[in-house]
Amino acid sequence: MIRVSDLALSRGERVLFRGLSLAVGAGEAVALTGANGAGKTSLLRAVAGFIRADGGEVEVTAPLHLLGHLDGFKGGRPARAELEFQAKYLGADDAGIASAVERLRLKPLLDLEVRKLSAGQRRRLAFAWLLAAPRPLWLLDEPLSPLDARWRAELGRVMSEHLAGGGAILAAVHDPLPIPARLLELGA
Amino acid sequence: MRGFGVLLRRELALAWSGGGGPLLACGFLLCLTAVLPLAAGSEPRVLAPVASGAAWLALALASLLSLERLFERDWEDGALDLLALGEPPLEAVVLAKAMAQWLAVGLPLSVTAPVAAVALGQAPELAPLTVLAAALGSLGFAFTGAMGAALALGSRRGGLLIAVVVLPLFIPPVVFGSGALERAAGGQSPWQALALLAAYVLFAAVLAPFAGAAAVRNAQG
Repeated sequence: MIRVSDLALSRGERVLFRGLSLAVGAGEAVALTGANGAGKTSLLRAVAGFIRADGGEVEVTAPLHLLGHLDGFKGGRPARAELEFQAKYLGADDAGIASAVERLRLKPLLDLEVRKLSAGQRRRLAFAWLLAAPRPLWLLDEPLSPLDARWRAELGRVMSEHLAGGGAILAAVHDPLPIPARLLELGA
Repeated sequence: MRGFGVLLRRELALAWSGGGGPLLACGFLLCLTAVLPLAAGSEPRVLAPVASGAAWLALALASLLSLERLFERDWEDGALDLLALGEPPLEAVVLAKAMAQWLAVGLPLSVTAPVAAVALGQAPELAPLTVLAAALGSLGFAFTGAMGAALALGSRRGGLLIAVVVLPLFIPPVVFGSGALERAAGGQSPWQALALLAAYVLFAAVLAPFAGAAAVRNAQG
């Protein structure tokens, strides 16, 4: 689903990396590691098509979700309104949203304003649009960092199911993913 | 098209959430109107000839008020990435935001504009024409304004930058719009000036989504 060949990226004057090649196919998960500023987020944004590469090629052959560390929720609006907008805008229907709410046990949170949610609860809310609007490729930027142990394990199961269903995951992480994943270290 | 409708509804909800921004814009327009007699003297002989023009100036300035947040809040909190990954192209996103700006802010201002104009001494029978011209003009303001708001993404003092970029582009609708009212007040047909105003709106409606989308892409990179 992703084929990156000989990619060179820079931010401003600083070269992040050159000659990076990477392939992610259906059912595969790749974990990007590397120091802060090594270019993990930039690589994800380049794959999503937001950043133009200095050289090399990025080929993406499937619809994708990008879940960055900013989730795009408006703090002052109810969680329900924000989830419904994001999920529907990305192509979800009511049934998809309902099953995602069920799976991530979001029901008690939906009537709260987004700013009242904890970081972990916000992340679960953001995961709901990944489930509600199915797309094969997930680009995740430190997806589990705000979550407690129980929800890390639970979202590990969500990711395994996504892979088992023919999806693919490219995730920038500092802690290991709770699923079998190939490691790619940037700036090594 | 479903994504477009979902986005339009959300933009309208955002415009009205948190303190009724559109009402503030209307209040601003009326405040400007109230200041003019204090600055220029309260004699009808002085005020009546400039009533239409002053109302249009107030309309243009009030239209600037909420532009700064139009793209910036989505850019700051990451929602702009999400908007770029949805089904509608970015051009449609800019179009939806401009339409929402017009529906939420432009139309309430268009209804307020004749109140300002009549208060300054415009003939009351021109009020319906004033609403029509202001509705058309504020549609043009919404399109050029959305383009300016997208161009200012990522700059500090975005609000000032938007005003400096966008106000020169507001000149044609102000000229045609207040011109239509002046002609009507002088007993001439206002339709030529209104047609020119409509032509400006069409031009802005075609250009703004493409220019705005290019600016958004540039800011995301």
